[in-house]
Amino acid sequence: MLEIKNLHVRAGNHEILKGVDLKVDVGEVHSIMGPNGSGKSTLAQVLAGRETYEVTEGEVLYDGKNLLEMAPEERACEGIFMAFQYPVEIPGVGSAQFLKAALNAIRKARDLEELDAMEFLALVKEKIKLLGVDEKLLHRSVNEGFSGGEKKRNEIFQMALLEPRLCVMDETDSGLDIDALKIVAKGVNDMRSPERAIIVVTHYQRLLNYVIPDYVHVLVDGRIVKSGGKDLALELEEKGYAGIEEELRAGAKA
Amino acid sequence: MSDPTTTIESFVSQDYKWGFVTEIEQDIAPPGLNEDIIRMISAKKNEPEWLLEWRLKAYRYWLTIKEPTWHNVHYPPINYQGVSYYAAPKKKELQSLDEVDPELLRTYEKLGIPLEEQKMLTGVAVDAVFDSVSVATTFKGKLAELGIIFCSFSEAAQEHPELVRKYLGSVVPYTDNFFATLNSAVFTDGSFCYIPKGVRCPMELSTYFRINAESTGQFERTLIIAEPGSYVSYLEGCTAPMRDENQLHAAVVELIAHDDATIKYSTIQNWYPGDKNGKGGIYNFVTKRGKCLGRNSHISWTQVETGSAITWKYPSCMLIGDNSVGEFYSVALTNHRQQADTGTKMTHIGKNTRSTIISKGISAGHGQNTYRGGVKILKSATGARNYTQCDSLLIGDKCGAHTFPYIEVKNPTAKMEHEASTSKIGDDQIFYCNQRGISKEDAVNLIVNGFCKEVFRELPMEFAVEAQKLLGVSLEGSVG
Ligand SMILES: Nc1ncnc2c1ncn2[C@@H]1O[C@H](COP(=O)(O)OP(=O)(O)O)[C@@H](O)[C@H]1O
Ligand SMILES: [Mg+2]
Repeated sequence: MLEIKNLHVRAGNHEILKGVDLKVDVGEVHSIMGPNGSGKSTLAQVLAGRETYEVTEGEVLYDGKNLLEMAPEERACEGIFMAFQYPVEIPGVGSAQFLKAALNAIRKARDLEELDAMEFLALVKEKIKLLGVDEKLLHRSVNEGFSGGEKKRNEIFQMALLEPRLCVMDETDSGLDIDALKIVAKGVNDMRSPERAIIVVTHYQRLLNYVIPDYVHVLVDGRIVKSGGKDLALELEEKGYAGIEEELRAGAKA
Repeated sequence: MSDPTTTIESFVSQDYKWGFVTEIEQDIAPPGLNEDIIRMISAKKNEPEWLLEWRLKAYRYWLTIKEPTWHNVHYPPINYQGVSYYAAPKKKELQSLDEVDPELLRTYEKLGIPLEEQKMLTGVAVDAVFDSVSVATTFKGKLAELGIIFCSFSEAAQEHPELVRKYLGSVVPYTDNFFATLNSAVFTDGSFCYIPKGVRCPMELSTYFRINAESTGQFERTLIIAEPGSYVSYLEGCTAPMRDENQLHAAVVELIAHDDATIKYSTIQNWYPGDKNGKGGIYNFVTKRGKCLGRNSHISWTQVETGSAITWKYPSCMLIGDNSVGEFYSVALTNHRQQADTGTKMTHIGKNTRSTIISKGISAGHGQNTYRGGVKILKSATGARNYTQCDSLLIGDKCGAHTFPYIEVKNPTAKMEHEASTSKIGDDQIFYCNQRGISKEDAVNLIVNGFCKEVFRELPMEFAVEAQKLLGVSLEGSVG
């Protein structure tokens, strides 16, 4: 479904990704772990089409199509969803109105009928309950004045509503208390499906106790230095990123 | 009644130096302004003597004053002698919409203007299905039953001279300002509206439905009088882009609200703004003022200003009656090379008078948007209150927003609140919307309409929907 080949990305004069390769198939859950500043958010944003990043080398295929040629909204309409590490506030724009615009844009791209206000509201109310998000937030401006936890849960609620085929979650777990973490994890697990792939970007492994990944990749300094199964997350937790790096260096010398 | 054409012909033959061409179908005064031209306009309209005298006084005063320069708009000097001050309404009938500028039609389409209305707006002959005259006639009959007068200014000068004489210039005197003075001398037509005591006008009055609607965009004069306990909601303009050959517009609007009367005046201004480089476009210098004369009277201005190359207008309220209320809700949008200097002036004279000012300025492209607002609390205005909120939204980094609040308080019991903000549509906001499937244009529309919603909800429902679409069209191409 998603194939990243030798991806090099820079912002300004700074090379951030230095040759990333990754293959994700439908039905799979991948986790990308790495220390702060290793390029995790950059990778997520490039997949979503953020224009501040320049791809200097490599390619990304999505369902065999050149993803990098597509506008961000086209990617969203094709089923790519990114849960932002820092969700953006949009003062003045009501959450409900925003979601309706988003949902109908995506439905239109999928040749589905647009929902009217009543149908939309029914759907929203059903999904919002699942994520323990307060319905009152729908009447407020998008993310404006939301607490950190509310913002993160709101991202997952949007993900549930828009039913993407490829979910990219950028540090959704950071800043959540244990109860919120469990709710978010449940939301993500509910979305696991043979038709969908999920990439969980995280700094810590604690979310992975609840959302068990099929594959774990370690991103250090713009490169994936190690890939493995779910146990790799535990190993990381134990040894830390420094430990893994050291091991790799030792391995390279031997 | 003498035939206006013969009147003008005899007048013209007296003095032929201006070379009038007075063929029936082509009736345009030569460029230039002088007393003869004013006499000619007045004669054409068969006006009473006092009205001509009033025009002439205005003209003579105008000769002694200078064009203002305090505003924050820039334009090359206007040659007032190069303007033609009278053109008889000529209807150019086109046979079908195929003859109309396709660019204009594309815009109508986007605004969702029905086909028959498109024809009407572009001067294409309309068929019987949409007979605007009959609509207007039924409409007028209904109003007449209630004693409401709603007609063109010229008609009012003929049919209700006592009302016109009593109120004309009573809110905006001919000495008021350069442009209002010019208008007083040369105005050609406009609307007149009178609501009798205790009558609530049952429909939104719109110039659009006015019978005998003429192309009077250039020097319009509007006068609305609400007798005690009456109510009227008046709509001016429409969302369809209005092209006009005349670059200079200087309108005057006067409102008078007696005891317990309410006047709601809503405007959508969408005159041709000029092209992307600022070529062409209307210069719109407007004087609008309302007098809350009576106790508990209420005047509310709502405006959506998206057109014109230059917008210069300050719909204001003089709060004379005790407990009277003045409101100003404004959205002004400048894109490309447009400039707007707009705002209001609330003058509190009576006790416990209240005013609210909500101004939303949107600048995109190279647009320059200035809010200029005055709140004046006179010594007599015990217990006066004002709330002002003034927000600017910037799209891109080549545009500008400027705010000039003037506050003068002469009574210590006054309560004033002022809030102001400037924000920018950020790339991160657009990207967030994009990531949810929303296109750049729709994202900007969402944000802009959210920004304006406090003003839009003051507009009559249908107007509000049109206004939203209009902002979208006006902002087209403003984001990468
Ligand atoms: N827009 C940008 N311009 C310049 N440098 C950037 C930009 N975005 C990220 N970086 C830099 O790239 C590196 C990787 O950042 P990021 O992808 O956010 O890492 P992570 O999400 O793994 O913490 C950091 O050093 C960061 O400062
Ligand atoms: Mg990050």
